[in-house]
Amino acid sequence: MSDTLEKPPQQPSGAAPDGRPEPRRSARSLTDMVFRIRELSIGGALVLLILGTYLANPGFLDDQGVQDLLLNSAILVLLATGQSVVVLTRNIDLSVGSVVGLTAFACGSFVSGTQHSALTVVLLGTGLGVLCGLLSGLLVSFGKVPALVVTLGMLYVIQGVDHVWAHGRQINAANVPDGVLELGSGSILGIPYLPLISAVVLAATAYYLRAYRSGRELYAIGSSPEAARLAGIPIRRRVLAAYAFSGAVAGFAGALWLARFGTVVADAANGWELTVVSAVVVGGIAITGGVGTVWGAALGALLLTTIGSALVVLKVNPFWEQAITGALLLAAISTDRVVRSRTTEALRKRSRN
Amino acid sequence: MLAGSGTTDGFADITNLSAALNDTAEIALIALPMTLLVVAGQVDLSVASMLGLSSALAGALWDAGWAFEMIVPLCLVVGVLGGLLNGWLVTRVGLPALAVTIGTLTLYRGLASVVLGNKAVSDFPEAYAQWASYTEPVPGTFIPYPIAVFIVLAALAAVVLHCTAAGRALFAIGAQEDAARFAGIRVRRIKLVLFAVTGFMASFAGIVYTLRYGSARADNGLGLELVVIASVLLGGIDFNGGKGTLGGAVAGVLLIGVLNNLLTLNDISSEIQVIVTGVLLVASVLTPRVIALVTERRDRRAAAT
Repeated sequence: MSDTLEKPPQQPSGAAPDGRPEPRRSARSLTDMVFRIRELSIGGALVLLILGTYLANPGFLDDQGVQDLLLNSAILVLLATGQSVVVLTRNIDLSVGSVVGLTAFACGSFVSGTQHSALTVVLLGTGLGVLCGLLSGLLVSFGKVPALVVTLGMLYVIQGVDHVWAHGRQINAANVPDGVLELGSGSILGIPYLPLISAVVLAATAYYLRAYRSGRELYAIGSSPEAARLAGIPIRRRVLAAYAFSGAVAGFAGALWLARFGTVVADAANGWELTVVSAVVVGGIAITGGVGTVWGAALGALLLTTIGSALVVLKVNPFWEQAITGALLLAAISTDRVVRSRTTEALRKRSRN
Repeated sequence: MLAGSGTTDGFADITNLSAALNDTAEIALIALPMTLLVVAGQVDLSVASMLGLSSALAGALWDAGWAFEMIVPLCLVVGVLGGLLNGWLVTRVGLPALAVTIGTLTLYRGLASVVLGNKAVSDFPEAYAQWASYTEPVPGTFIPYPIAVFIVLAALAAVVLHCTAAGRALFAIGAQEDAARFAGIRVRRIKLVLFAVTGFMASFAGIVYTLRYGSARADNGLGLELVVIASVLLGGIDFNGGKGTLGGAVAGVLLIGVLNNLLTLNDISSEIQVIVTGVLLVASVLTPRVIALVTERRDRRAAAT
């Protein structure tokens, strides 16, 4: 019974016929690959969606269309990256939407009527985000309070603070310095800055999670906190860092929000927390921690944004948009689940004979 | 509450009390099945969307000339179906409840806007509107009808949770699902029923909401799911499942209701109310932790000397 996970052919000391293990190994590596690259299915869905929409309306993929798609998804991809890191540790950060709103407004009122540079705004936003993240993180990791409760509480507190502060005012694009607005609308070689920034953050995070010991430890914490503790992983510090990162990214996204839209009201990004979590879940990151990649989460964010844009291009009645998004979301997570359990079953069967 | 009646004029006023109670009606009604769900280690984020769908459906059907007596049961059936879909995805497909109900949150809210668009239907019959308003309480008391319904259901839920085998099964599922299954508890069946009941209550709350505000809209109750969960957690229900009492959850709902009413009477803005709710939520889970830490440290010190 206990040998099911080991390679059985190795046990009969080299006497096994040479022909048998060969095809089996290649079959295994194929299923292995499908099993490991979970982003494949979601990426496929994305390609199908884009292709289908393009065939129905070629205007979807003209320069303007592609640029809109990239710009619209940039901030969501960024937030999904931050959220992934937290969800990997079997936690959740519901406060991101409110952090974006707060930092967007804070940055806006800081630069209103001045000539501050884009860099100052980004640093201010990120710093503010880190503070919010640290507060949630401290409560979760050192207070040992369930993450959902803490970040739900933080959501209310930050949202309330933001509303009290803004008090019906709004930041107008006319008062935001051109340097900041340039960050939101400018581009290099036809690619807008925003998606480039998101791609850089995404790639850096993916590399860190893959290549660094502390990055791998985040996975370990998520898949089995008890085992991680016994292995001597500093769980509290890692979880705190994950929250600080998620906060930093959300604050950064808030600064970019200001740069992109110029006009900011107090409840900017209100309700985004669930969209971000959806993107992460659709992208194959297990809500129970330890499984998935930020690439998948980014694909999930891209998929959600593309669904929205595609429905507009296909002139679907806007009242249907949310219902279709919800149905596709359910279909995506169900399919992923069914495919994965089939693969697991197949792997188990193979290792049994 | 005592502090409230001492410091604020008009708080202890009967009319205000029934208004304050009635303002929490939908949250209170949904909090009952939500408590049972959370005790069993599950959660349903789609409740506020189901409330909106039920409200939109009621509006659209009323617009189409249906009798109100026909609309109500149909809405409730839709609620049960919605709950069954949640339960099916959780128990048969094997998805986590949080992920499923984020999906159905979007789906049901979307269906609500499909059904009613951005219209608002408001000319509901007077008799039904009065049933849901605080100005016409149950004769001889200050309790409005929706709250009376809540009291009866809360008593029922408390008996089920704390005095029956099914209730003990919920705690068992929440504490250790595998162990519960091996102990012969029909985990899937129970979860499915729970989600169906939650859907039913959410759509019932949708009808109460519609009548209370006299307006059916697709975006009714937007964001209410987090308030319901906040009040359940405030009542000391452990989000990891397996712990909590129904009395605690009811106290949580009342606390939020009374607090909001007090702050409103004292002319404190709704923004501050949101902050207070958030702080309370964090404090309510943090305080027992801190107390435990402090006593633990004191015990250790006492043992050392």
